[in-house]
Amino acid sequence: MENFFVFAGVAILALMIPIIYRILVGPTAIDRIVAVNVIGTKTTVLLIVIGMLYERVGMFVDFALTYALLNFVGSLAAAKFFDRVNPAKSFSTMKAEEPQE
Amino acid sequence: MYRIVIFSLLFGIWVVFSGLIDIFHLTLGFIACLFITLISSDFYFTNRSKGLGNRLTEIAKIPGYLLWLLWEIILSNIHILKLALTPGDIKGLDPSLIRVKTDLKTDYGKYILANSITLTPGTITIDIDGDELLIHSISRHTKMGVEEEIMEQKVSNVFEIEDS
Amino acid sequence: MIINTICIFLVSCGLIFFIGGAVGIIRFPDFYTRMHAAGKGDTCSMILILTGLSLYILHEPTTANFLVVGKILFIALFIMSTSPTSTHALIKAGFEEGIKMWKREDEKEGQE
Repeated sequence: MENFFVFAGVAILALMIPIIYRILVGPTAIDRIVAVNVIGTKTTVLLIVIGMLYERVGMFVDFALTYALLNFVGSLAAAKFFDRVNPAKSFSTMKAEEPQE
Repeated sequence: MYRIVIFSLLFGIWVVFSGLIDIFHLTLGFIACLFITLISSDFYFTNRSKGLGNRLTEIAKIPGYLLWLLWEIILSNIHILKLALTPGDIKGLDPSLIRVKTDLKTDYGKYILANSITLTPGTITIDIDGDELLIHSISRHTKMGVEEEIMEQKVSNVFEIEDS
Repeated sequence: MIINTICIFLVSCGLIFFIGGAVGIIRFPDFYTRMHAAGKGDTCSMILILTGLSLYILHEPTTANFLVVGKILFIALFIMSTSPTSTHALIKAGFEEGIKMWKREDEKEGQE
């Protein structure tokens, strides 16, 4: 069973590499923020798997919880920041400009 | 009445998270929960006109709703997996914007509806304006699903029980 | 033994869905479709993997293990409700910045 947990951890870690590609290349800044958010969710899972490996899940679960909270607050703050940087358009003004289907 | 419910919820969460059941930590938690209940009990359960019976039926219906949502999440993931693993030109992709009107009245109901729409196959809520939802859908096939309004009925069935 | 099999099955399903999300994030053509892959692929696979792990922990039912499983389920519920919220926030920020949508008709007209 331990071998399987090692495999799962390595697989999650390997799946982070393509997303790092999106962080490096991503055409817009928001693409990069989304990629960081996805990596954060993966890290939450990875922390619990590491806890299973070292047989100290009780400790690592707290880390995972904190990481999930920080990830959520971080992405909300980034989204809010982009709203402030570019406040030109809002939903109600967009509605007037777009052609109705 | 509501203060007691909030206090017991907070205290339960404290006991689960601290995991230490001795007198010192329980007292600490008791004081902290009491303080939080005193200063911020107005924030939770803003709609207090509902009766106790309605609350209980609402709580009893939530697990069924969650199970249905889980099934939908699994379906949506299979959909994404199929799209992502299509070789060559991805033919399933045909993105478009839709507007949908809802009949839900409370903010909480709208929040649950928007989250559920995001988690079900092929659609993401971009914005809510009054009672209009702006939705981005990934293909024609999934667009039909939103307009049938099955989900809205489910949400209003669970979270907006009328007094009768 | 049965519990081990169920755990392995759930974690493997989660890993497969993670692969779907990662490939989607790389291959999809524009920002909005990438958000689809990012917002959904993660939630489901996270729930599956955490359920599998908590089943494995419940192998030895002690009080401490029950507390740990409670915390893990709380994490799952928390991510399940916050992941769509951050998806809305980010996609709304992108929408208001005016990122263009990729459309199939446009591409066909461009080719002809």
